[in-house]
Amino acid sequence: MKHLLSIDDLGGRAGIEAMLDLTDSFLEVQQRDIPKVPALRGKTVVSLFYEDSTRTRLSFETAAKRLSADTMTFSVATSSVKKGESLLDTVQTIDAMGVDAIVVRHGAAGAPHRVASWSSARVINAGDGCHEHPTQALLDAFTLRRHRGPSLDGCRIAIVGDIRHSRVARSDVMAFHALGCELTLVGPPTLMPERLDGWPVAVTSDLDEILPDVDVVYLLRIQRERIGQALFPSLREYSARWGLSAERAARSKPDTLVMHPGPMNRGIEIAGEVADSARSLVTEQVANGVAVRMAVLWSLLGSGGPIV
Amino acid sequence: MSNGEVFIQGGRVVDATGERAADVRIVDGSIAEVGAALAPAAGALVLDAEGCVVTPGLVDIQVHFREPGREDSETIETGSRAAALGGCTAVVCMPNTEPPIDDAAVVQSILDRARAVGLCDVRPSGCITKGRRGEELAPIGELYDLGVRVFTDDGDCVADALVMRHAFEYAAALPGAVLAQHAEDPALVRGGHMHEGAWSARLGIPGRPAEAESTIVARDLQLAKRTGGRYHVLHMSCAASAALVRAAKADGVRVTAECTPQHLVLTDEACEHFDPSFKMNPPLREQADVDGLRAALIDGTIDAIATDHAPHTPESKDVPFEEAPPGMLGVETALAVVLTTLVEPGIITLAQALAALSWNPARIVGLDVDGHGGAVVAGAPANLCVIDPAHTWSVDGGRLASKSRNSPWDGWKLTGKVRHTIYRGTPTVRDHEATK
Repeated sequence: MKHLLSIDDLGGRAGIEAMLDLTDSFLEVQQRDIPKVPALRGKTVVSLFYEDSTRTRLSFETAAKRLSADTMTFSVATSSVKKGESLLDTVQTIDAMGVDAIVVRHGAAGAPHRVASWSSARVINAGDGCHEHPTQALLDAFTLRRHRGPSLDGCRIAIVGDIRHSRVARSDVMAFHALGCELTLVGPPTLMPERLDGWPVAVTSDLDEILPDVDVVYLLRIQRERIGQALFPSLREYSARWGLSAERAARSKPDTLVMHPGPMNRGIEIAGEVADSARSLVTEQVANGVAVRMAVLWSLLGSGGPIV
Repeated sequence: MSNGEVFIQGGRVVDATGERAADVRIVDGSIAEVGAALAPAAGALVLDAEGCVVTPGLVDIQVHFREPGREDSETIETGSRAAALGGCTAVVCMPNTEPPIDDAAVVQSILDRARAVGLCDVRPSGCITKGRRGEELAPIGELYDLGVRVFTDDGDCVADALVMRHAFEYAAALPGAVLAQHAEDPALVRGGHMHEGAWSARLGIPGRPAEAESTIVARDLQLAKRTGGRYHVLHMSCAASAALVRAAKADGVRVTAECTPQHLVLTDEACEHFDPSFKMNPPLREQADVDGLRAALIDGTIDAIATDHAPHTPESKDVPFEEAPPGMLGVETALAVVLTTLVEPGIITLAQALAALSWNPARIVGLDVDGHGGAVVAGAPANLCVIDPAHTWSVDGGRLASKSRNSPWDGWKLTGKVRHTIYRGTPTVRDHEATK
């Protein structure tokens, strides 16, 4: 694997499972008194973030530091992009400094693919437009595997919300499907992809109908701007039909798990008490993000030797 | 060529009247004699056409030469050279320049510049509305008096049905004028960057549905029928539009349609790797549309192949897909792409291809009366193209004559190439090279 631009780059089930196994090792590192290994000493990892991000950027930078890599942060707000520098020029500037990996978050689908074509560094997609967010999918799969694993075969997952505009959903569908899960996309038809040719999913607009049958409810963040695009009438109506309220959660199986990529809109797609309940994996997802990204960085940049 | 004679020797002439082996003698800019086994006059410039097809010069009725305004991406000179190398003796350039072609002075400046360059006829199209804003009519009559026959807001659709209706009614007073629509409903394509289909859903790129085109085509056909106006569909891209045009033609509506080589060959799958070279409006569609367009070309529903030659600087295309401007180069490669992908596999005949690339488009835009696309006979202006159908070459986007390099055919191996182009009796391309 030269870059991680898409879940596809991992090479299917075996590749994904190998990455999750590797993540187990880094979770162990995380639990040490000094959670740091020298594996990537002398390597430089740059985060190139064209969109605001808290957890993903911090998670990548923490992962790089715990692998003893040097890190640089490029944030659009304080850079030459404000002076009109193009993505190409920015990447060439970074490349000229001799960096080893570039972690890219960009509002346009495929921007990391363009960066990969312009740079000699390894490129990791940290979210591109509505396209993919592969490390999120890995940490989701890793988190779920710790509760339902080691095999996720036959695990029934409902992904609820704005699938159409969600890079998390695209990567999750690919990853969960590769691991043998059964997927249902749930939400208003206006937030479903316009075409689902080749998507290994079932689709429904009725959350209540499928809720009793699923093992996992994966809720996506709903964005207020979709109202202005005439995609649904109001947050109130959305919440009433597709929000996971406490009453609704109570109608699911007692062991049904709840996941969310964050940041959450409490009271809209997820009730606060559901988010904080025992069935919620939300905090654990964030915690596992660092180990997953350590595994990804180590796979791309490591010497192949032991982690130590 | 001391006596001014240009002699095309040993070719097979193909025009709207049929085909025959014949030499062509050109004197003083006109065809003097066409016949088998003629002898060149002493001192004549002899152009070898052994094994080649001699045909009326090609006519690309949709190119963007970017002058005035974006001379960093193309000029009338570089665009004309690319056109000549593509076998064209005439082109129609689109009015989305800066300033737009909604003013007689802009028309005149383009005509003057094209004449000075002298590589092909460059006919400006004129805007339908002032500033291409879709609100008030541009000075259609004044532009018409300068020779403009095609009116379009290309790049943008005339979205307001009443404005379009009035344009049809107004242009009806001008014989030969035609309204050419970039048919994409701006509301349905808002925010979109590629064909809305399986690939856009997979790639997470907002889509531009085919219905954005077909609904405008349906509306305009009804307006054309109501007003008796002439309507031309620019770069028709989907099967649904073709079906509408087919039915309208049968119904007697005065409609013509063109499509591009890229829409006849490529699909939205080309966007898989986020390469902005494959971004255009209307977008590359899916296989069912490609099939529908090919059927429409075969049965005559589509009259012409035009390229929508749209140069963009490398800087503007070296960006993420969603941030890149739409458009692809095409005028230099159109014939070779059509020969390779449609004629050679037997989908259309050579005569059908040349009809779509030369005499049909010439008639649509009124360039036939200026000596383009006519039969290769004595007395006709010598606007000709000599094609070597066996010549194999590879497209290198960076080595095309255009100032830009955004060719979707970069790296393609094509069979068939323009060997000579003769514009008003003078070779503009000789043995695959531009003469100036």
